[in-house]
Amino acid sequence: MSSKNDSEVPGKPKSGVSRRGFIRGAGIGGGVLGAGLLDKKALAAPAAEGRLVGPGAVPITLKINGKPQNLTLEPRVTLLDALRNDLELTGAKRVCDRATCGACTVILNGKSVYSCTVLAIDAQGKDIQTIEGISNGKPHPVSEAFVNNDGQQCGYCTPGFVMAAKAFLDHNPNPTYEEVKEGLCGNLCRCGTYVGVRKAVLEAAKEMKGGNHA
Amino acid sequence: MPEYSWPPMDERRVIGKPTKRRDGLEKSTGRAKYSSDQKPPGMLFGALLTSPYAHARITSIDTSEAEHMQGVTAVRVMTAAGKEVQWEGAEIATVAAVTEEIANDALRKIKVQYELLPHLVREEDLVKAGNRAKPAGEQVTGDPDKAFQEADAVIEGSYGIPVITHCCLEPHGNIVQFAGDKVNLWPSTQNVSAIGGDLGKSLEVPAANVHVQMQYIGGGFGSKFAADSWGVEAARLSKASGGKPVKMYLDRATELKIAGNRPSAFANIKVAAKKDGTITAWQSASWATGGMGGGGMPPLPYVFTGIPNVRLNHTAVAVNAGGARAWRAPNHPQASFLTCSALEDLAAKLRMDPLELFNKNLGYTAREATYKAQLQKAAEIMEWQKRWHPRGEGASSGHSSVKQGLGLAINTWGGGGHASQCRTTINPDGSVVLEIGTQDLGTGTRTAIVMVAAETLGLPLGAITLRIGDSDYPPDGASGGSTTIGGVSPSTLKSTTNARNKLFAAVAPALGATPDQLAAVDGRIQVKDNPSKSLPWQDACRKLGTNKISEMGENNPRQPGGLMSQGVGGIQMADVSVDTETGIVKMNKFVAVQDCGLVVNPWLAESQIHGAAIMGICAALFEERVMDEQTGKYLNADMEFYKLAGIADIGEIVVHMDITPENDKRGVIGLGEPPAIGVIACIGNAVANAIGVRVTHVPLTADRVLAALEGRNA
Repeated sequence: MSSKNDSEVPGKPKSGVSRRGFIRGAGIGGGVLGAGLLDKKALAAPAAEGRLVGPGAVPITLKINGKPQNLTLEPRVTLLDALRNDLELTGAKRVCDRATCGACTVILNGKSVYSCTVLAIDAQGKDIQTIEGISNGKPHPVSEAFVNNDGQQCGYCTPGFVMAAKAFLDHNPNPTYEEVKEGLCGNLCRCGTYVGVRKAVLEAAKEMKGGNHA
Repeated sequence: MPEYSWPPMDERRVIGKPTKRRDGLEKSTGRAKYSSDQKPPGMLFGALLTSPYAHARITSIDTSEAEHMQGVTAVRVMTAAGKEVQWEGAEIATVAAVTEEIANDALRKIKVQYELLPHLVREEDLVKAGNRAKPAGEQVTGDPDKAFQEADAVIEGSYGIPVITHCCLEPHGNIVQFAGDKVNLWPSTQNVSAIGGDLGKSLEVPAANVHVQMQYIGGGFGSKFAADSWGVEAARLSKASGGKPVKMYLDRATELKIAGNRPSAFANIKVAAKKDGTITAWQSASWATGGMGGGGMPPLPYVFTGIPNVRLNHTAVAVNAGGARAWRAPNHPQASFLTCSALEDLAAKLRMDPLELFNKNLGYTAREATYKAQLQKAAEIMEWQKRWHPRGEGASSGHSSVKQGLGLAINTWGGGGHASQCRTTINPDGSVVLEIGTQDLGTGTRTAIVMVAAETLGLPLGAITLRIGDSDYPPDGASGGSTTIGGVSPSTLKSTTNARNKLFAAVAPALGATPDQLAAVDGRIQVKDNPSKSLPWQDACRKLGTNKISEMGENNPRQPGGLMSQGVGGIQMADVSVDTETGIVKMNKFVAVQDCGLVVNPWLAESQIHGAAIMGICAALFEERVMDEQTGKYLNADMEFYKLAGIADIGEIVVHMDITPENDKRGVIGLGEPPAIGVIACIGNAVANAIGVRVTHVPLTADRVLAALEGRNA
C-alpha cells in the first residue's frame, strides 16, 4: 500500500507511445516498419509519394467482397473499425480488440486474419472478404452447418467462427476431427458452443466437397 | 376462465421435438444486428475515462482542452474533484465526439490529479484483510464439538475459488438518444421490459418516454440488468450534443474491471464421519469478496443441508476492485466446489469410493430419490464402477507421467418462471403475430415461444411471426435465474389458447359445431370427432370478417397452474488426465445428468447444458482475476491473459436429461444455470483422484498442480 501525490494522464503509457498506438499512429505503407523507421518526427511528416501518410484522414480504397470502396480515414483506423464504423459491415465484431478472440475474423487474400489488428490502410490492394460477402444468393454451407449443428448461442462470436472455418476448409477441405480442433483454436466463445462448432465444421466440409462456393 | 394445460406428451407435434434455432441463420450469416451494430443517423461515439488507481482521491480535473477539440460535442465529469475512486476502472469522465478516434483522443486531454490512498485488492489471506473483513454471526446447529470428538474420521481442508469475470463478448454498453423529454435506447441487456424504467429514473424522465429496442445480445450471464452509470452518462452526452444518439460501449479492459464479476470463496472446512461414510458434522469458516460491497455467502454445506451438527462462519472482505454481479447460479458453483471438494477428501481418507459416500448421505438432501437415480445414471455413462480407482492409484496409461482420474459433484437450482405477458393477434388473412417484451440471450427463447404457439394453433413454425425485444410489447421479466423459459412458455400457451378459442367461436357455425368441439390441427380447424368437417386455417380466419383477434396471456409466478414449477437437481462427473511432469490438466470426458421438467426444445436445452459445462471447464482450468497487491491493478484485464477454454480444451461432453412422463407433469422448469454449478468441483475432484493429492485452489493451472505434487501451497 502506498500514499503519495501523483498525476497521470490515464490511457497514455509513460513512454508516450504504446505498441498498438504506435502501429496505429504510424500509418506506414508495407515495408517501412520493417526498415526500422521509428522516428516520430518522420511519422508526422506530410504524405510523400506512396510512403508516409497521416496523421490526418487520407483517402483510401479497399476491395471488399469484390467491390472497391472509397473511404477517407485516419491511418490509425483498423480494418475492423473501418468495416463497422464506416461501411456498416457489422458481421465482424469487436470483442478483445487485441488479436486474441477471433470475433473480428475476415479473410484477406485467402487467409483468415484478425481485422482488429490490421490497419485499414494496410489492407489496400488486397482482397478482403467479410461474412457479408460469402453468401451467393443463399447462405454459405458453413453458415448453414452452424445452424444445423447448433454451433451458436448468443451468436456474437459466430461470424468470426464462420469466417475462420471457411478459410480453414478452403485450405484443408478434408479435415480430421483433430485438425478441426487445431484449425479453429484461434477463436473463442463465451457461451460454450464448441460441441456444435466441431460438428458444424465437419458437416460443412462434407457439404462443400465438389461445390463451388465463394 | 378456461383451464390451461400442456397437451399430453404423446399427442405433442411440436413441443418436445428437437427444433432448430429460429434465429440461427441470422446470426451465422452476420445479418443479426446487435445493439452494438446499430448506427442511427447522426450517431456520435462516446468514450469513458476510468481510474488507473485502486484507491485515490481526485484533487483536480481539467477538461477544458478536451472540450475545445474539434469534433468533440460534449464532455462530462462523473467523479468530481474531492471525491474518491474505490477501484481501478472506476468512472471519471465521459466524452462524445464525431468519431471514435477523436473521442479517445479527447480522453487523453483530460488532466486528472490523484492523491493515492491505501488499497487492499487481494482477499485470499484473511489475516491481511484487517478491518476490511466483516464477519457475520456464527450459526450452530446440533452439537458439532461433540460430533467431531466422537467421529471415526475427521478431515480438515482449505479450499479456494477466485473472483472471475463475466467477460461478455459484446461488452456492456448501449446506444442512446435523449432529445427533448424522449429517450430511445438500444441496450445490451437481459432486461428489455424494465431497463427503460431504470434509465428513466436516473434521467428524471417517465418510463413511458423511454423506448427500448434490442433484438440480439452478445452474452450477459447475469451481469446485464441495469442501465449502468455509463448508459446514463451516454444519455446525458446525447442531450448535451443536441439530442444526437451516442454510442457508448466499454473497452475490453474496462469491461473486465467494472462490468461485473463472480465473488470468490475461500474456506477452512472440517467434516466428521462414521466408518461407513455417514457424515456426522460439518464446520466451515468461509470468506469471500465481491468488491467494496463484500462478497456473496456460499450456502454451506451445499445440498447436504440435513447434516445434523453444523458450525458456520462467514466473513465478507471489502477489496478495492470492481463489484460483483449475479453470475449464472449465484453462489452455487462456489458452494458446490467447497462442499464436494471436502466430501471427496473425506472419501479418500475413509478409502471409500466418493460415489458410495455421496449415496450414503443422500438422506441429508431434499431430493434423495432424484440424486440416487442420477448418480446411477451418471456412473453408468462414465463407466464409473469399472474405471474408478482409489485416489492416486490409477495405472498410468501410455506415457508414464500421465495420470487419469474421475470426480463427481452435485447441483441444485430453482428455475421457476418469471412474470410474463404475451399478446397473440390472429388477422382475418390468417397471419399470426405474437408479441412479448422478452429477450433471447442465445438460450433459444424465440424458438421455444414459436414452438408453443405452433403447438396450440396447429400451424407450422414458419406461419408465426414473433416480435420480442421491444419495450412497447407486453412486459416480460428479466432473464435471470433461469426464469425465462418458465415465464414465456405459459404466457404463450395461455395467449395462443385464448386467441384460438376466439377463432373457434367465429368458425363453429360454419362447421355446424360448438366451439368446444373444434380442434386446430395441421393448419386446419376441424371438428374433433369428425375431421372431414374442417376448414383450412386461412378460410377459417376469413370468418372473422374485418375484426382481428387480439388476446393476452399471463404467467403469474404465484399461480403457476401446473404449467411451470421449480426445483431441480443434477449430478456431474469428470474424467481428466494430468501430466505430472508438466502439471497440465486435460479434459477427457464430462457427463451431466440433469433433472428437468417439461422440456420445450430438447436440442437447445442440451446446448444450454453443453454451454454450462464449457463455462465451468473455463473456470476450473483457466479463469482468474489476477490483482497486483503493489499497484492495485487488475493485471490480466484482457482476453490473452484472462483465459477462456478454446475448442480443443473441452474433451467429450455427454448430456443426459431426465425427460420422463413423471418429470413432464411438473411443467416447464428453467435449466440454464444448474448445469453450470458442479463443473469446477467435479474437475477438481477428478484431478485429486488422478494425482493422489488435492489441488486446493482453482483454477487448476500447471503451477498449482505441480506445487500440490511437491507438497507446496501454490
